[in-house]
Amino acid sequence: MDENIELLTGWGGTAPTATRVAEPHSPGDVREAIAEAPDRGLVARGLARSYGDAAQNAGGVVLRMTELAAVHDVDIEGAGVTVDAGVSLEQLMRLLVPLGLFPMVTPGTCQVTVGGAIAADVHGKNHHGVGSFCNHVEAFTLETPQGTRHVTPDRDPDVFWATAGGMGLTGVVTQARLRMKRIRTSRIRMDTERASDLDDAMSRMEQRDSDYHYSVAWIDVMARGSHMGRSVITRGDFAEPDELPTRMRSDPLGFKPSTVLTAPPWFPNGLLNKVSVRAFNELWFRKAPRHQEGAIVPLASFHHPLDFVHGWNRIYGTRGFLQYQFVVPYGPEGEAAVRTAVERLSAHGAPSFRAVLKRFGPGNPGHLSFPMPGWTLTLDVPAGMPGLAGLCDGLDEVVLEAGGRLYLAKESRAKPWVIHPMYPRLDEWREIRAKLDPGGVLRSDMARRLDLC
Amino acid sequence: MQDALGSVQSILVLGGTSDIAQATALELTRGGARRFVLAGRDVAGLDANAKELLAAGASQVDTRQFDAVDTYGHESFVREAFGVLGDVDLVLVAFGVLGDQERLDHDRQAAMDLIAVNYVGAVSVLYPVVEHMKEQGHGTICVLSTVAAERARRSNYVYGSSKAGLDWFCQGLGDALVGTGVHVMIVRPGMVRTRMTEGMEDVPLTVDPEDVAAAIREGLASGREIVWVPGPIRWVMSGLRHVPRALFRRLPV
Repeated sequence: MDENIELLTGWGGTAPTATRVAEPHSPGDVREAIAEAPDRGLVARGLARSYGDAAQNAGGVVLRMTELAAVHDVDIEGAGVTVDAGVSLEQLMRLLVPLGLFPMVTPGTCQVTVGGAIAADVHGKNHHGVGSFCNHVEAFTLETPQGTRHVTPDRDPDVFWATAGGMGLTGVVTQARLRMKRIRTSRIRMDTERASDLDDAMSRMEQRDSDYHYSVAWIDVMARGSHMGRSVITRGDFAEPDELPTRMRSDPLGFKPSTVLTAPPWFPNGLLNKVSVRAFNELWFRKAPRHQEGAIVPLASFHHPLDFVHGWNRIYGTRGFLQYQFVVPYGPEGEAAVRTAVERLSAHGAPSFRAVLKRFGPGNPGHLSFPMPGWTLTLDVPAGMPGLAGLCDGLDEVVLEAGGRLYLAKESRAKPWVIHPMYPRLDEWREIRAKLDPGGVLRSDMARRLDLC
Repeated sequence: MQDALGSVQSILVLGGTSDIAQATALELTRGGARRFVLAGRDVAGLDANAKELLAAGASQVDTRQFDAVDTYGHESFVREAFGVLGDVDLVLVAFGVLGDQERLDHDRQAAMDLIAVNYVGAVSVLYPVVEHMKEQGHGTICVLSTVAAERARRSNYVYGSSKAGLDWFCQGLGDALVGTGVHVMIVRPGMVRTRMTEGMEDVPLTVDPEDVAAAIREGLASGREIVWVPGPIRWVMSGLRHVPRALFRRLPV
C-alpha cells in the first residue's frame, strides 16, 4: 500500500489535521491495515464530501478507498449491482444510465463513494418516497478488527443498521450490493414554481410533494420582510421516451455529464459576502419561471447542479465554510423551528446562496441515520462570518427542543452534549460497535470531537 | 478536537495563575472547552482558578506543579499532562516575569533568572509539547509574547529581549510545523492591567486580560499566526519600529 502523511480536511476546508494516508487496492490491504493500525486508530475516507471531520483521523491512519473501485456484477434484469466501496455514484451512473439503471438514492453530488453513501446513509430529493441510501442496500462486506462479515439487513440487522449512518466507525465497507431504479430515459420532466414566502413554500410542498418522485425547494434565506423565505420549488420524475423532444428520442438514455468549469485554486476571502450573495439570490429567484410544467432537463443538472463546477468549495476562501443541516419533525413545533431558523438567518444576513428545504418521509432503523419524518433545512455559510458560532449554537437549541437533529455528514462544530440527545439510540449503537471493535481501532476526528465511541 | 469554528475542548495552561491565562481559560470554557490542566508554581492559586473554571462549566480540571526553570523535569511533566488530558487541543504558554528594570540594570543574577524563566524555560517546555502534538496530528500552541518584543525599550529591555527571543523562536517553530497539523499562534498584547503590571500607569491602548482572552478566541477561530491586542497596536508598533533610535529614546513609551 502507498502511504503518505497528509493534512486532511472535509469538504468545508476547516480544522485540518495530519494523518498517515494509505490506499488499499484490495480487501486484503484493508484487513492488513486494520490489523496493523496504530494506537490512534483508522477510518475510511471516500471522496471526502463530508463537510466536517468525519473522514479525518489525526495522528492515526486514513484509508483512502477510491482505488478499490471495481464493478463486479450488473444484473440488468434484476436491477441490482455489486460494487467495491470506492466506486463513485458518478462512475456507477456513467456505466448504468445507458443500460437503464439509476441509483435509487443520490445526494446533491454524485462525487461520493458507495462506502461513504452507506456510512452517512445519504438521502436525495426522493426521500419522501423511497427513504435513504441504505434502504436499498441488499448486502455489504464489512472489515472489522474482529474479522470479515457479510452483512444483510435480515441476517445481521444490528450490524447492518449500526453501519448505515455509522460514519465508518463500525468497520470498513469493502463491497456492497445495491438495488437500482429502472429508468427509460436519462432526462427529468421538471415542474417549477415560485413561492412568495416561507409559509407559501411549505404549504405548496405539503400539498403536492407526494405527486412527484423528486422534490426540493431552494430558499432565499437572505430575503427579508414580506419576502422572507421566498423559494423556488422544483419537482419532477424521470421522463418517458415519448415525452422527449424528437431529437433526443434516438438516444433516450444518453448520459454525458461534464464539468464545464473549474474553480481557480485560490479565491480571495470575503468574496461571498452579504452584497454579492444577495445579488446572486435575487437573480436566481427571478430567473426561475413563476410556474412551468413539463420542462425536459438532463438528469445531472436536476440532481447534481454543483458538479458542473469542479472544486466549488474553494470559493469560500481559505477559512472554508460549513454546512448546517437539520431535520425537525412535522407538526406545529417543527414548523415553528424552521420558521425561527429562517428568521434568524435572514436577520443575521448569513450569506448563504444554496439553502434548501425538503420534506422527509419515514426514517429507517439505522441507529445514527439522519432522516426522520419532517422538514430538513440545509445551508452553507462561510466559516469566517462574524457571530457564526453563537448563531449555530442558538439554532442547535431550537432544533433540539423541537425534537430534531443535525446531520453528522455535514457536522463540523456542534458540541457533544447537543448531539447526544439528538441521537437517542447512541448507546445502543455503542454496544454493537463495542462488539465489532472492542479495542477501539475505528476512530475519527469526529468521533473524538463528539465523543461518539 | 478543535472544531470548524476554532472552539477547543482540552487545554494545558502553563502559568495557570496568570491573569491573562485564567481570563482565557474562562473565555474558552464559555466557547465549549471542558478539560484543563493548570500548571504553575503556586498550587493554592491554581486550585482557586480550577474552582472558578469548574463553576463556569468545565468538567475536569487538574492542577500540577510546574517550574519553568526546572528544565530537567519538563519532558516528564508534559508526558503526564498529555496523559491526563488525552488529546490536547491547546497549550497556552502564559508564564513569565516582568522584573524591575532598575534592579535588572545592575543585577546580573536577576537578569539571568528572568531569561531562564521567560526564554529558556519556555523553549525547553515547547520541545516536548511539540513532540506530543505532532504525534496526535493536531493542536495549537498559543504563546504569550508582547509588543515589547517588537522594539527594545529602555524601560524593560531585559524582559523585552527574553520575549523577543521567544517570539522569534515561535515564528520559526510555526513555519517548521506547517503540514504537521500543529499550529503556533503568537499573541502580542500591549499594556495589560494585571497583577504583573500593578502600580504601573495606563498608557494609550491599555487593555484588560478579558480583551486578550477574546482576541485569543478570535485568533483560534481564524487560524491566525500573530494576534495583536488591541488590534490597532499593530499599526502603532509598525510605526514605532521605524522611529530613529535617538528620537525613540526620548519618547514616553
